[in-house]
Amino acid sequence: MTDTYEPKVIAFCCHYCTYSAADLAGSMRLEYAPNIRVVKLMCTGKVDVPLLLRAFEDGADAAFVGG
Amino acid sequence: MNTVNLEINGKAVTATEDMTVLQAARDAGFTIPTLCYHEALTPFGGCRLCQVEITSGGRTRLATSCTYKVEEGLIVTTDSEPVIRARKIVMEMLLARCPNVPLIQDMARDFGIEKPRLKKIKDENCILCGMCVRMCAERMGVSAISFVGRGIHRKIDTPFQVQSNVCRTCGACASVCPTGAITIEDITSNVPVPIPSEFDTVLGTRHPIYVPFPQAIPNVPTIDKDTCIHFLTDQCGVCESVCKVGAINYEQEDEILELEVGSIILAPGFKPYDPNYIEGDYGYNRMPNVVTSLEFERVLSASGPYQGQVMRPSDGRHPEKVAWIQCVGSRKAEICKDYCSSVCCMYATKQAIIAREHDARIHPTIFNMDIRAFGKGFERYYVSAQEKFGVKYIQAMPSPMVRELGNGNLLLEYMNEDGQGKTAEEFDMIVLSIGLEPSEHTKELAKTFSIELDDFGFCKIPELEPNIASSPGIYVSGAFSAPMDIPESVMNASSAAFLASRDITEARGTLVTEREYPPERDVSDEEPRVGVFVCRCGSNIARVVDVPGVAEYAKTLPNVVYAEENIYTCSTDTQIKMAKIIEEHGLNRVVVASCSPRTHEPLFQDTCREAGLNKYLFEMANIRDQCSWVHATHMPEATAKSKDLVRMSVSRVCMLEPLHESPSPITKNGLVIGGGAAGMNSALGLAAQGFETVLVERESELGGNLRHIYYTNEKESDPQVLLKSLIERVQNEPRLTVYTGAEVKGFSGYVGNYHSTIRTSIGEDVQVDHGIVILATGAVEYKPEGEYLYGESENVMTQHELEERIATNGIDAGELKSVVMIQCVGSREPEHNYCSRVCCTAAIKNAIKLKDANPDVNIYVLYRDMRTYAMKELYYQEARKKGVLFIRYEPERKPDVSQADGKLKVKIFDPVLDDEVSIPADKLILSTAIRPQPDAAEFSSKLKLPLTADGFYMEAHMKLRPLDFVNEGMYLCGLAHSPKFISESLSQAQGAASRAVTILSQPHLMSGGVVSVVNQGDCVACLTCVRVCPFNVPKINEDGVAEIEPAACQGCGICASACPCNAISVQHYRDEQIMAKSAVLCS
Repeated sequence: MTDTYEPKVIAFCCHYCTYSAADLAGSMRLEYAPNIRVVKLMCTGKVDVPLLLRAFEDGADAAFVGG
Repeated sequence: MNTVNLEINGKAVTATEDMTVLQAARDAGFTIPTLCYHEALTPFGGCRLCQVEITSGGRTRLATSCTYKVEEGLIVTTDSEPVIRARKIVMEMLLARCPNVPLIQDMARDFGIEKPRLKKIKDENCILCGMCVRMCAERMGVSAISFVGRGIHRKIDTPFQVQSNVCRTCGACASVCPTGAITIEDITSNVPVPIPSEFDTVLGTRHPIYVPFPQAIPNVPTIDKDTCIHFLTDQCGVCESVCKVGAINYEQEDEILELEVGSIILAPGFKPYDPNYIEGDYGYNRMPNVVTSLEFERVLSASGPYQGQVMRPSDGRHPEKVAWIQCVGSRKAEICKDYCSSVCCMYATKQAIIAREHDARIHPTIFNMDIRAFGKGFERYYVSAQEKFGVKYIQAMPSPMVRELGNGNLLLEYMNEDGQGKTAEEFDMIVLSIGLEPSEHTKELAKTFSIELDDFGFCKIPELEPNIASSPGIYVSGAFSAPMDIPESVMNASSAAFLASRDITEARGTLVTEREYPPERDVSDEEPRVGVFVCRCGSNIARVVDVPGVAEYAKTLPNVVYAEENIYTCSTDTQIKMAKIIEEHGLNRVVVASCSPRTHEPLFQDTCREAGLNKYLFEMANIRDQCSWVHATHMPEATAKSKDLVRMSVSRVCMLEPLHESPSPITKNGLVIGGGAAGMNSALGLAAQGFETVLVERESELGGNLRHIYYTNEKESDPQVLLKSLIERVQNEPRLTVYTGAEVKGFSGYVGNYHSTIRTSIGEDVQVDHGIVILATGAVEYKPEGEYLYGESENVMTQHELEERIATNGIDAGELKSVVMIQCVGSREPEHNYCSRVCCTAAIKNAIKLKDANPDVNIYVLYRDMRTYAMKELYYQEARKKGVLFIRYEPERKPDVSQADGKLKVKIFDPVLDDEVSIPADKLILSTAIRPQPDAAEFSSKLKLPLTADGFYMEAHMKLRPLDFVNEGMYLCGLAHSPKFISESLSQAQGAASRAVTILSQPHLMSGGVVSVVNQGDCVACLTCVRVCPFNVPKINEDGVAEIEPAACQGCGICASACPCNAISVQHYRDEQIMAKSAVLCS
């Protein structure tokens, strides 16, 4: 195996804080690993266990909740 | 004009009699290839590609459609076998003549010709279409070029094949040449003079007809009469011929409009200082690699002349050592620019950081006198520039005699910081941090409006009556009154808007016309038809992400029926185009892959509404902030991620449902928390605009910190008179209810419908309903117990304490011999990493006061940077003239204060003397910090408001929404926001009132949309939602089931996650709508 393992991370982000922070990271050109796929929510209060389990079922290697 | 009827490809077509068959066919939507046709030129029939089959009078033949006039009853076929065959032969001949011209190769390929079948005649670029010849003769009236020779020797050339001297180098010939065969150098020795672009400064060029800048409003081209051939010679007029909508009108003149208005706001802005003002100033204009900061701003911009690459103008080389020279055109009495331009220290810092981010090889150096990082959050930014980005700050002003070296590098000479000798250092590039000055028209404006200007040409406004010009009804905002940055200008603008609207309160809403949208299309029975619009954002996205690739990929996704890329998806013309595409393609779902929905979703949603689509059938993929900007060094991964985000958005958008909002009422009262200068002014503002307001002050009397301010640097200003007047007006204002000695105990509700419980001074709880909240809870002076013998010696005091003693004759200046002031006590420390903004000016204010009372007193101000910004610089100058001594210290070598026999002694290392000096002090005055209220953390959590790392309240957006909280209907002003002067607090207070009025003046608010809804059939009234809602919205109704008020619901979805029966869902964020994204995460 020559391929290095690249995980796919799903990120559930709050519209008001973490999503804004991701925007700020953008305007500040802060580089981070390109493995993260952000899903915007109005608030991470909406994140429940089924949502996370479904993400894993769908193939996510990790889930990040930021709010 | 008469019309004729003809038939094209079996379709009945009506055309006007002056049209050619080509024009009629194109108008009817048929495509006919051509290489020699141009709307502005006489048809030539030269290329023969536009041949069509014409049947007239029973006879059918081939003819060039560009020269054939329409006739009644004509039958035209544009795509028959003979037509295609004829065009193909023409194409083969063209390819044989010009085998290496990409356009010809592409067109030949479209005809199915891969290789020339005919023998290569010659390797030419010119196809002899004659467009250049016709353009020069017919439109420019010059005829500098023409066809010469016959047969295979035929070519385009000048008379006698010598370089023409009649050519104006207008470039029209080259602009129409389809193959790029024409160059101006071949035609004439006259050298074209490029027109410098105003927006890209001298680094870029523009055309005589141009859009001023990419996001200009309105986004339409304008003609520069001074360079347009038509205005100069009466020729050309090409733009008029080619504009399909007839928008060009050469007769248009400036119009004079007469308007009846009740108040006027003047906001003419500023002009950047021109460094040519003094000849030879740092070699600007003589040395290409010396640029102004505004020019460098364009160098850094992705849409600038170098597409965001840091290059230097002389040779396009990437500079490594870049020097910024501060205070060019500022703080210089010798050129009558005594004031500080306020913004240059921070923009230079920003530019240095961005340059470094663009290119890690860059080493920025900023030469300065003081770094004035006095704004909110600026000190941290300044520190990070040094620690994280390696920006070097040198406190020295280089000599203006810059030497240019052979390689374009520049040699700067400056005094060493230790005062010992000089250094000559080589830089690749120099950026002049130019100051701000009043614009040219300011004087004329002042005359027209009979308002006074100051010595420098800025508008004169009374210190304690901000934004008010010297003529009644005229208000000013922005840098017209003094240099200021973006947040200051925004706050200032709100304040001016407040004053202007206060004068015309009665007329509010009388001229409003409601915007009407087309009726919404019912798409409930339709299969999803998704349109995807991928944005290049100039080069912001396209530089990193393969935008065409993403658009092509989008076309392959399920339900996507349309996808395209745009340069700026948010531009006005793209919006119009988008609405058209939604209608034409019957789209019922839209995805825009561009920037953040936080800034641009409302704009695109509005476009959806314009096209009759419900705005909730829209989704964004943020491929700029989450891809191109953060993965610039991982381009393939950024493109792959963009495709993933687009796929996820398309999957989600198909699951979305239309939602409808409904009106909800507003309580048209205000609550102002805090009765200091800011709070009182805000409350008076709301009352003046007609809204009843409750003002709550924790202390037993009104006034806050204003009670302890006795004078300012301005002789005309009297803070105590202001205090009395504010209190009196508050007490006499019938629309105000004031509670002193009272506190806000309970707080709930939402915009338009807040409820507070106020505990009054006698312990009663009063319930107040209000539609908005203005927070003006102020801040406190830091008491530096244990620092510099404060609290141990009665001769050590804060600036405030000194001011109080001076004002109440508690100190005899005549007896003083020596006074030492120490700046930044409790500010700019690692644990309090902010500048308190007012202390430098306060020290100077008190120093001047003591010097005026006793010119013999020696005053030493020990400082780190003197931050007397804008016009405050004049007082710094005055203090120096009056003999106040300023000694800089470094935080690593703070002053040492000792006391022996009741005498104070201050030891300080003087960098200029390169030695430690010992100063005996009768009084030691500490310029102490402004600290947030000690209970700010507790109070902010009650109101659910965020604080900054320094403990001040955090606004919705640092630059663009400085007076708003993220929570709708809540606003901020005064010291609770950050340290500031009284005048700034007053201006902010008016601004906050103005922001609040935008809510209170509405007839109702719209509610619904992204809110939780209860499926009441599934509800078992377990009270889980009631308990978990942070906003106390869910209630158990009379039917015994949960009910959620849409106007109050914030859409957070906590109730939906917690509901054990799954009875609650959040509209627009239903489980299946969220999971639609993860479902395609890996596909």
